Amino acid sequence: MFEFFTDIKVDWMGKRKAFIALSVVILIAGLVSAIGRQFSEGGTDAFNLGVDFQGGTVVIAKFKQKPTSDEIRTALVGVGISDSVIQDSTDKGDEVLIKVPTLGKREQECPNIDEAGRCFVARALSTFGKEAEGAKSLAEDEASAYKIVGTETVGPVAGAALRNQAVIATLLGLVGILLFIAFRYDWTYAAGAVIAVFHDVLVTLAFFSVFQWEINLTVIAALLTLVGFSVNDSIVIFDRIRENLGLDRNKSLYDLTNDSINQTMSRTIITGGLVFLSVLALVIFGGEVLRGFSLALFVGVITGTFSTIAIASPIAIWWQDKLGAAKASDMPSARNADELASASRRSVIRRGAAR
Amino acid sequence: MSKTTLWIRTAVILVITIGAVWLVFGPRGSISMSDFSYDGIKKNLAQNINLGLDLKGGSHLVMRVKTEEYLKKLTENDRDAAYLVAKEAKDENGAPKQFPIGEVSSVTDAKTNTYSFTLPVGDPSKLQDVIDEVKKKVDLANPNFAWTESRTDSGVTWTLPLAAQKKLGEQASEQALRIIEGRINQFGVKEPTLQPIGAADSHQILLQMPGVDDPERVKNLIGLESRLELMKVVSSPYPTLQTYASREEALQSLGGKEPPNRKIYPYAERDEDVTATKKDDTKPPSRFVVIETPAIVDGNELREASAVSRTGSNDDYQIAFALKPSGAQKFGDWTGKNINNYMAVVLNDEAKSIAYIKSQIFDRGEISGRFTKSSADDLALTLKSGALPAPIEYQEERTVGPSLGADSIRAGVSASIGGLVFVVLFMLFYYRGAGVNAVIALVLNMLLTIAALIIFDSTLTLPGIAGLILGIGMAVDSNVLIFERIREELRDGKDIPTSVSLGFDRAFLTIIDTHLTTIISSVILWMYGSGPIKGFAVTLILGLLINLFSAVFVSRTIFIWLLQRKRTMQKLSI
Repeated sequence: MFEFFTDIKVDWMGKRKAFIALSVVILIAGLVSAIGRQFSEGGTDAFNLGVDFQGGTVVIAKFKQKPTSDEIRTALVGVGISDSVIQDSTDKGDEVLIKVPTLGKREQECPNIDEAGRCFVARALSTFGKEAEGAKSLAEDEASAYKIVGTETVGPVAGAALRNQAVIATLLGLVGILLFIAFRYDWTYAAGAVIAVFHDVLVTLAFFSVFQWEINLTVIAALLTLVGFSVNDSIVIFDRIRENLGLDRNKSLYDLTNDSINQTMSRTIITGGLVFLSVLALVIFGGEVLRGFSLALFVGVITGTFSTIAIASPIAIWWQDKLGAAKASDMPSARNADELASASRRSVIRRGAAR
Repeated sequence: MSKTTLWIRTAVILVITIGAVWLVFGPRGSISMSDFSYDGIKKNLAQNINLGLDLKGGSHLVMRVKTEEYLKKLTENDRDAAYLVAKEAKDENGAPKQFPIGEVSSVTDAKTNTYSFTLPVGDPSKLQDVIDEVKKKVDLANPNFAWTESRTDSGVTWTLPLAAQKKLGEQASEQALRIIEGRINQFGVKEPTLQPIGAADSHQILLQMPGVDDPERVKNLIGLESRLELMKVVSSPYPTLQTYASREEALQSLGGKEPPNRKIYPYAERDEDVTATKKDDTKPPSRFVVIETPAIVDGNELREASAVSRTGSNDDYQIAFALKPSGAQKFGDWTGKNINNYMAVVLNDEAKSIAYIKSQIFDRGEISGRFTKSSADDLALTLKSGALPAPIEYQEERTVGPSLGADSIRAGVSASIGGLVFVVLFMLFYYRGAGVNAVIALVLNMLLTIAALIIFDSTLTLPGIAGLILGIGMAVDSNVLIFERIREELRDGKDIPTSVSLGFDRAFLTIIDTHLTTIISSVILWMYGSGPIKGFAVTLILGLLINLFSAVFVSRTIFIWLLQRKRTMQKLSI
């Protein structure tokens, strides 16, 4: 048997104040960034919303020699547009649809603000050569490399309606989680897990605000993923606490929680570590378009693992203390767990006897 | 566990696995040798999995809502309504006021943005009375789009100001967007994106949809106006329906001009080959009828519409419809008073069927005609989704590549495969023999999830892949939980069969709780979310349900095999 981690004995709950302080610092940084940016003169918005959310301009460019979408994207990043959608027109092989977001203050750099999207794209595309002049077509102007054959402003793909729906659906989903955990375990655990999930989403958003990473539709998918990951992690430890409550009724909940975290630590490190490394690969090699997605998962994996120990468990303990039910034997779920544990033990014994 | 149970378990696993392999990699039609070559498998794979717009691209359609048609219709309706109100005005005692009303006229010109109508009043002293009467009944002073009123000695002219035109135009295109969205969703186009495009007054809509089998049909479906009206035919009562051989002839019967409460519509008889999606413009309809306006009820009162075939033949479908209670009331009142009169079912200004009223009818009717099954289905669907406020025209059409960019998808795929390979290697290294179990469970999870997506005809998009990734993550986690538990039991000094058994039993409790929690929240996401959220939820739900099979059932079966083979096993490779 090959093992990294056995017999860990750390007083995790003793460090809860430091943990929570760390969370609070990150959350405050996010809040300051979001509010500060939103309300300061000449600042950007709280979040850097991508073209999916705020709309922008679609520019259709025709090339003599079409560059790859990656080359076009790099050229756009060169003029400061990192969130673009580039679609090849497959039936008109030499044309590309380039969607760029609204550029806010920077649009004033262009001679005609109404054509800011076109102006920035043209600036980026000039790395490939000259645009065909005036009314001349691409073929007529020998020296040219491309021509912008159309521009249109576009509304957001994910308008306010979809955004609200996403938020409402997610909140309802969390209510479902709350009820289920309360049913299977206890209200205190349910509250702990759901607050931890909220915490994780907020921490991730804080990173997106502070570093002004772009939020597009893929980030929403990543946030949903991290909600799942975080809840999963919390339940694994809650399940162990429930089991331990049934085995040892005299230990304090504080010690039981520490034991449970330590006993499952090898699982936490292996699962968390594997997911972490996979996501890291996505961050490094996944490319520009998936950057938002991978970064959100990256932050989410770390905070999702952290919050189980640092947020969910302390909240559950704290609340049970408040209820004066810190003694394990009073917990209704403890009795269930005991029955479940002994039931499975019985089945094992039976099985052994049959053999 | 008995030998038989073990064999049954194994058989179940094998059957499911082979079925899934066939679903994912197999051909959809008949088998040929090429289905076993690398290229053939690749082709089948691409055919079996529906990829969304972000991963594969699709059609890119720019359409314009012809709001000028909407304004024109609005002007003409208000014109006719104003005329009829003024003409039929009665005083408190019910006696006709008999205003000296002249012939009403309207100007609608999209180029100059003129939409106005003039109501001539012979006696200037009655002008105020007429205006008051009209405004009581016709919505001309709505604060959002009030008509401007200009009076002369000879009458009154109402003009729709530019601001109101703009507002109404925007309203119409917003409504059109909603209706189009409803139609494509009902038709089953998966994960389309629909957004307003162009300047605010261009009334353009951009639709991108992943490859559908029949884009032409979707295009037609979106463009169907589907304006349904039930109207009275001006004719002598049953049994002689008054029809005319040409529009001119019909016009003559009206004295050379359509009065405000009459319209001439072509009447396509049932036996003529007129389909809903394609009007045959080359062949002029043979008969015309004169119809009384306004309609008795219109498509807004529709509750239900469906395609039915009386004869069972595939190209002989009709549309049966039912009205909402409010419409049924109106319709019932009218039919009660009009026994033996003729009524027309008018679709987009064309009389589709005409019948005489045998007895009072409340809420049922039929659009006859020789529709094919698909055109009748499409028409029924569009009738239910509501009429477009104005016709639309297609301005641009192209097929586009994936919105995430082919290169970035490639980067994402190779990064993910790299991550997966790492996970597999780690599991084999860390858990040795048991790691093989984990890898089998993991591969099976992916295979079965994709097979399930194919069964449910789902479209895979990036959010869907995120769901798949989370599912795989939880599959790995399930195995880790089980193995760690078994190790714990072994450390406690229990023998190998007991440890394995205990490990599975205990870890199963955890696994079922984590999975149920996530499934519950995903079902809620699926119910209340849309588009990307739904795509995520569907793959995650499928992935987790399958995981209970692959990580627990399959993995355990393999362990049991191992234990049966070597009863006296001293050391478990874990």
